[in-house]
Amino acid sequence: MAAEPKELRDDALNGLRLSTQLERVWRTPPGLLGALMSVDHKVVGRRYIVTAFAFLGLGGLLAVLMRIQLAGPEKTFLSADKYNQIFTMHGSTMMFLFAVPVMEAFAVYLVPLMVGTRNIAFPRLNAFSYWMFLFGGGFLWISFLFNVGPDVGWFSYVPLSNLQFTPSKRADVWAQMITFTEVAALAVAVEIIVTVFKLRAPGMTLDRIPLFVWAMLVTAFLVMFAMPSVMVASTSLILDRLVNTRFYDSSSGGHPLLWQHLFWFFGHPEVYIIFIPGTGMVSAILATFARRPVIGYPIVILSLIATGLLSFGLWVHHMFVTGLPQLGAGLFTASSMLIAVPSGLQIFCWLATLWDGRLVYRTPLLFVIGFILIFVLGGLSGVMVASVPIDTQVHDTYFVVAHFHYVLIGGAVFPLIGAVYYWFPKIAGRVLSERVGRWNFWLAFIGFNIAFFPMHILGLIGMPRRVYTYTADMDWAHLNLVSSAGALVFAVSFALLLVNVIYSLRKGELAGDNPWGASTLEWATSSPPPPQNFDRIPVVKHRDPLWADGESLPVVAGLSTDRREVLLTSLAEAEPQVREASPEPSIWPLLTAIATTIFFIGSIFTPWAVLWGTPPMAIALIGWFWPKGSKEDEA
Amino acid sequence: MSVWVRGVLVLCTIWPLAACAGQQSALDPQGLQSEQIQHTLFIFLVIAAIVWIAVVIVLGVGMLRRKPLTDQPLDLDQAFEERSGRVVLALGIATTAIVLGLSFVSYAGQRTVFAKDEHVLTIKIIGHQWWWEVRYEADRPHQSFVTANEIRIPTGQPVKVELESADVIHSFWVPSLTGKMDLITGQKNELQFTARNAGVYRGQCAEFCGLQHAHMAFAVIALPPDEFGRWRDHENQSAASPSDQLGMQGEALFRGRGCALCHNISGTMAGGQLGPDLTHLASRTTIAAGTLPNTPATLAGWIADPQHIKPGNLMPKMPLQSDELIAILHYLEQLK
Repeated sequence: MAAEPKELRDDALNGLRLSTQLERVWRTPPGLLGALMSVDHKVVGRRYIVTAFAFLGLGGLLAVLMRIQLAGPEKTFLSADKYNQIFTMHGSTMMFLFAVPVMEAFAVYLVPLMVGTRNIAFPRLNAFSYWMFLFGGGFLWISFLFNVGPDVGWFSYVPLSNLQFTPSKRADVWAQMITFTEVAALAVAVEIIVTVFKLRAPGMTLDRIPLFVWAMLVTAFLVMFAMPSVMVASTSLILDRLVNTRFYDSSSGGHPLLWQHLFWFFGHPEVYIIFIPGTGMVSAILATFARRPVIGYPIVILSLIATGLLSFGLWVHHMFVTGLPQLGAGLFTASSMLIAVPSGLQIFCWLATLWDGRLVYRTPLLFVIGFILIFVLGGLSGVMVASVPIDTQVHDTYFVVAHFHYVLIGGAVFPLIGAVYYWFPKIAGRVLSERVGRWNFWLAFIGFNIAFFPMHILGLIGMPRRVYTYTADMDWAHLNLVSSAGALVFAVSFALLLVNVIYSLRKGELAGDNPWGASTLEWATSSPPPPQNFDRIPVVKHRDPLWADGESLPVVAGLSTDRREVLLTSLAEAEPQVREASPEPSIWPLLTAIATTIFFIGSIFTPWAVLWGTPPMAIALIGWFWPKGSKEDEA
Repeated sequence: MSVWVRGVLVLCTIWPLAACAGQQSALDPQGLQSEQIQHTLFIFLVIAAIVWIAVVIVLGVGMLRRKPLTDQPLDLDQAFEERSGRVVLALGIATTAIVLGLSFVSYAGQRTVFAKDEHVLTIKIIGHQWWWEVRYEADRPHQSFVTANEIRIPTGQPVKVELESADVIHSFWVPSLTGKMDLITGQKNELQFTARNAGVYRGQCAEFCGLQHAHMAFAVIALPPDEFGRWRDHENQSAASPSDQLGMQGEALFRGRGCALCHNISGTMAGGQLGPDLTHLASRTTIAAGTLPNTPATLAGWIADPQHIKPGNLMPKMPLQSDELIAILHYLEQLK
């Protein structure tokens, strides 16, 4: 047998030669086609983040329109029809196109860097996931611009969303958009789980995984178990609408409450799918700016897992006024309140960390402090909403609107904006302006509270949700005006963030590898990171490697420099196991996404699309998985 | 600073409002059930406020504490680490105790709110897009009657409402009397409440039910029992026959112009079942499910163009000459 030419490994090269060689192997091909083929988790992650923020901007604009309409009684700024479309689009956009995707986007970008590997697991699936998300979101918004936007609420309750009461395509658009985004979310969840389980740098045992990565791992499992429920729900809905199945029709054996159970079995964990990544961001930011590790690492992780498990046991609190048996409802009160325990434990750990830390008051830390103040209040109003008797009054009123904006904006968006300020230097290589950042924080904090605090009172004095107007004699006008003014201030804070990002991309101060003196591995490489992430895979000997080992991280060598290769390690102890090939750039994920999009959208208009839409998908998938005879993985 | 201001605002804004709240308010309880709910609400509110202020104090003191600077983030005091771990766990146990305690408080309140009394009056309420059908069903059929968007009840007596839907899901909510309950297609729900005092209590649909969800209000009018009895006897009777020429003309037009296809007026040929029963329309305080006060002017405007006032509702705009409109209006005004 002829000897193969000896493969070049990274122990044979050094310094600049090694970097250049790895960069040549790992880079995204040039040109437009190259960009469309990219499977680099950083490129995909960046696109994901930017797209999700674009949807945040659109959803935010809709919120401003609603606040203008509600600023006074009997305003005619929006018609009932427009208002109903807009509140549905606002909720759907924020939940499905912003909150979940943006958290997964940060994970796509950061998790491989934080666990010290060269790419995410299943990078082509990752590219496919982004395209599906983009096409699904684009489809929803284009439909909205053509006046086919859904108008039955982000929860789309039957029978209102049945064919009988929504004969137009609006509910189909909603249901199919769900399918798009769930496919995208499930794909990322799989990638994150495998990346965390198998691609960690040698030595990163389970108890050395950064808290942010733990949070994303728990989130990924939540996605895996929650999303199928809503996919079943929305698929049954679309079948009811298109081919006359009767899942939700009470006159032929179905039931409208089936929809609510399926939807909230997803919908409640959904809240934690959004919130848990926020806690991960808080833990990461806090450690860096309190200049010490977060107190109670095992408590925080167990709390994350407990929150994840408990989140599946409390969906019924969304249904307290549907006429459930009283004792059953009472038990769900207790289970709903119990989730305050793991959330509380995390808060206590953070408070202890702040108590002991030597605080560096930069913008990310300000957002974390704002997060604690707002989120705790939202959590406490959540305890109130969990009580059956209180809920019978506040359910579907502005009290609940206030509550979940305190939880979601306080619990997820504040940490997220903090995360933008924190990780922007890593992603863009430049630091965001601190001065603008402070303005951004104070406007956001003050604007948010002015906008949403009065809603608690509005709900208690009788204002229901989802009403496009109210009469002057209801005494709601003043508080609504205050709320609308606050919403404008809050909107300005996001405009400032945008200005800051655009300005700092060109003129911002250069970041260097580790501008904040942080401890986790993503700061061990350059900013922005090279295509291969790390020239040599680091070896982790401590939970805070950059604090423990300073500038000289130990590394392993022996990976190929001729082709894309990642190191697989064992699940618990992260001992090196196998060198495995990592996929090359490919156009097939994009083509598969296009074929799937045609299939999904076509099936709204005719069931036959299920037939003629399948062959293109099959062709695309065959192209994707066509065997290339790649080298066997080696131990 | 802003933190303290907010904390104080929380307490100051809610209590005065409780005193001056309007006619549709959970903070202005006028029934046994709403009083109980408010009681539970205040227990929760006080505990929540204490917890939040405690967190703010710990956070504030933690931020103000002077701590020695060091370049060694991992140079930790082991004794402190262990102590803080224990404190965190102790607080976790305290949290558990609080939420379990609150669960019991909540369940006790729930049992009171949903306690079943020997009811004296049962009213069936059927939700429609976007109005309320109200059926008083007595054992003797001739004492049963139907009305819309206004529910009269006797004070001091438990009332049971049976809730059903004719189309999509709605929710029955009169916050001054009790919490809400959904009206769900294919399901029968019920709710009991007792009004303490006579008065008009506004209610509103609380579950999004389509285009005009915002205009689906109703009124619960609590009357002293004897007055309620008189109203009920009156409501049992058929509609008054028109007393003058114009009224008779109006009645004929009501039948001839299609109104009677959807609306019922007891004792006449008008027997439609799709829209609200109009037998005693003139005695009601509002029209179009609480959208407008019931005056000749608003009623005329409604008949002339219902789609302008409440776009999307099922009542079509009928082409009527102005003298025809006046005749119909005159007739309807006599349905006391």
